[in-house]
Amino acid sequence: MAGTPRSRLDTRPTPARGVEEGGPVRRLLIGAAVVFLGVFLLLPLANVFYQALGKGWDTYLRALREPDTLSAVRLTLLVAAIAVPVNTVFGLAAAWAVAKFDFRGKALLVTLIDLPFSISPVVAGLIYLLLFGRQGPLGRWLDAYDIQIVFAVPGIVLATLFVTVPFVARELIPLMQSTGSEQEQAALTLGAGGWQTFWHVTLPSVKWGLLYGIILCNARAMGEFGAVSVLSGHISGQTETMPLRVEKLYHEYNATGAFAVASLLALLALVTLVFKTLLEWKQQRDFARAQQAPAQNSHEP
Amino acid sequence: MRRWLAIVLTGLAVQALGREIRLLNVSYDPTREFYSEFNAAFARYWKGKTGDDVIVQQSHGGSGKQARSVIEGLRADVVTLALAHDIDALAERGRLLPTNWQQRLPHNSAPYTSAIVLAVRRGNPKGIRDWDDLARSGVSVVTPNPKTSGGARWNYLAAWAWAVQQFGDDETRIRDFMTRLFQNVAVFDAGARGASTTFVQRGIGDVLITWENEAFLALREYGTNRFELVIPSVSILAEPPVAWVDQVVQRKGTEAVARAYLEYLYSTEGQELAARHFFRPRAESVAARFAGRFAPLRLVTVDELFGGWRQAHAKHFAEGAIFDQITRSKR
Amino acid sequence: MAARPFRVLPGFGLTLGYTLSYLGLIVLLPLAALLLRLLDLSWPEFWRLATTERALAAYRLTFGASFIAALVNALFGTLVAWVLVRYQFPGRRLLDALVDFPFALPTAVAGLALSSLFAPNGWLGRWLVPVGIQGAFTPLGVVIALTFIGLPFVVRTLQPVLQNFEREVEEAAATLGAGRLRTFVTIIAPSLLPAVLTGFALALARAIGEYGSVIFIAGNKPYESEIAPLLIVIRLEEFDYPGAIAIAAVLLAVSFVLLAVINLLERWVSAWQH
Repeated sequence: MAGTPRSRLDTRPTPARGVEEGGPVRRLLIGAAVVFLGVFLLLPLANVFYQALGKGWDTYLRALREPDTLSAVRLTLLVAAIAVPVNTVFGLAAAWAVAKFDFRGKALLVTLIDLPFSISPVVAGLIYLLLFGRQGPLGRWLDAYDIQIVFAVPGIVLATLFVTVPFVARELIPLMQSTGSEQEQAALTLGAGGWQTFWHVTLPSVKWGLLYGIILCNARAMGEFGAVSVLSGHISGQTETMPLRVEKLYHEYNATGAFAVASLLALLALVTLVFKTLLEWKQQRDFARAQQAPAQNSHEP
Repeated sequence: MRRWLAIVLTGLAVQALGREIRLLNVSYDPTREFYSEFNAAFARYWKGKTGDDVIVQQSHGGSGKQARSVIEGLRADVVTLALAHDIDALAERGRLLPTNWQQRLPHNSAPYTSAIVLAVRRGNPKGIRDWDDLARSGVSVVTPNPKTSGGARWNYLAAWAWAVQQFGDDETRIRDFMTRLFQNVAVFDAGARGASTTFVQRGIGDVLITWENEAFLALREYGTNRFELVIPSVSILAEPPVAWVDQVVQRKGTEAVARAYLEYLYSTEGQELAARHFFRPRAESVAARFAGRFAPLRLVTVDELFGGWRQAHAKHFAEGAIFDQITRSKR
Repeated sequence: MAARPFRVLPGFGLTLGYTLSYLGLIVLLPLAALLLRLLDLSWPEFWRLATTERALAAYRLTFGASFIAALVNALFGTLVAWVLVRYQFPGRRLLDALVDFPFALPTAVAGLALSSLFAPNGWLGRWLVPVGIQGAFTPLGVVIALTFIGLPFVVRTLQPVLQNFEREVEEAAATLGAGRLRTFVTIIAPSLLPAVLTGFALALARAIGEYGSVIFIAGNKPYESEIAPLLIVIRLEEFDYPGAIAIAAVLLAVSFVLLAVINLLERWVSAWQH
């Protein structure tokens, strides 16, 4: 679901007469859109940085250098460093199976991959708590072997894995479907092995889409709040991720600290957007180039 | 990707090098500031005594919620909760420590006490003087949820204690008062800290029922130009207890240090730190020195008025008990 | 162009097997744990827990606020998509890139930022609260947060449709003397409808499950500004597992229904486009 179609702005051809709104109407519409986006997107963003830096750089940097905050940053990076590669491998495997082959129940499988998008993060946390908590069936067994999942880092990682399952797969499936299988078949006919074909033929053709999925997956992995909150135990310096740290600081009357951590996350969002825009631009360029090339690859959507 | 790997590896290396003792103290809400200072003091003391580094980590939340997290698997070496009933639950439902835990440390394992007071907006615009003002129509009250917060249960019992003093044995009138009071509650947060955030930062409500120490802290953080304390005619003596969790410390081999940590709460330094964070100290000498900061207040105990926590819980807070009845009659 | 059974390609067993086992472990097993615990409840018991007054109030708020937010997004999202696709103006590309901001921003940060904007002393609250618009800590706050997080959906589903829209039809209408408004209402709007509906449903589905941004800006007051996911958390904190499970099951059922509807809508959109 979060994998909605991305923006494809192109340079517009000049429109014919009679199909353009008059100047005032147009200005009104543009104005309304700009005001709406300004209020809902730009103001919150500016507000985060304003509140974080309101008491000066020194306070800001001191807030970020706090040991518990640093450890929250480390944990967030660790969680993303596990969740993103794991779900990238999953996304590649799932996309290969779904895009290159026909089998029964394929539609069901695709729906299943999408499922975590539509489940409330809180419910995602809850189901893991039920599965691994001490009251649950597995919980007592795990406890006997001294394995800690709930209220510890493994629980946080699992919850993050759950909520980020679809990102890479969602990007790759339509892309791989649209590129078809002719090139892979050609490579195989010429004697390339399966892995070779994958590395040298498939992967290059979907690389931008793959990166795109990875970036979105990473943003969500670092920013997840609800599911992680249910499973965290909220131990400062140990099981607090950055979003949880924001909440904790806010409750400690430390608004500056909360906004300082929030500003890092907002920065992450901005970097994500920049990468995303760059990738879209690259993809469009490749796409345009492919279209200009003689039609040997004419089955684009 | 390579950068990430580097970060992960450094993270693991740091974890492997630091071979200190780690304790987890699972506590209730308004103790954050106190324990962050106390932990540093204890670490100094322990380092001087044994040469070992000890790092105490904290988890804070509503007392009942915290107890449940421990039962559900949160590995607490020590619990420092808002009321004895929550630690009883660890003993009874989780079998994590012996049921006689309260006898293991002085003063029924409660190293400091507190009281329940009222905080109002500057100038006391609604003219709130005592508990009955909270049940007036048009007064908006903020208190956490007694189902999740220990402090909220003390709040509830403090109000009940006033009503008993007022109406004697007439339980219908007591209940009527309690019902009206809880109808006035604007927000039930999960813990005391959430409630004070609601009152202080979100500006909701005319009066906040809260711990004495939490109220003082809010005053200190936000200045007396925004809030005032109102000391009610009667309140309850809140005795937040502490205990080490046998099943966890035995497994981790931290029993000695966990025990010493809690005993240190009773030392002069521990008591002074508690007093400085507006908890009422047990040690007479310390109490005398800090007497100025605690308003003289008529305090009843849960034992004398409610027959102990077990009975109080069964009558008031259990599923379907009086608290459920009076909040259900809400709609 | 569709994938025919290219069985010559290797790796079918490996990738499908891996996909299924991974999904089984990460997604299905925990869901099964919920289902198992749900089956422990008798039907009347489930019904009682899932339909307490407080839960009903929470559903009303969650579904109501999500619906309003999705509606706002359908209207303004259409406007934004239209403006971004049809008009040239300075800052257009920047705005276009910014539309995805709610996807990229962690929800807790969004909630924190919005609540401080709309609080009585915030940048917007300063002007709005005196005229009676309480954005923070009220049900309106819930709508605001949900509008924010659902903002990209309608814009992004509508953009490609608008892009591919046959201008000749509009031109024909114009030549035949139809006014701009009439052309829009009779010609353009109907063909945009499926995409708008899809975006609406996507935004709705996202909003219903949302937690992080809402708890910062809503007052979280029972019966009034408490959303259903928050009630699940509260039930958990009260150690009331059956209560939490019952409400979670209701939310889950709604998610499944919405997922099915969205799948149908998406098929409709692609049929419309081809």
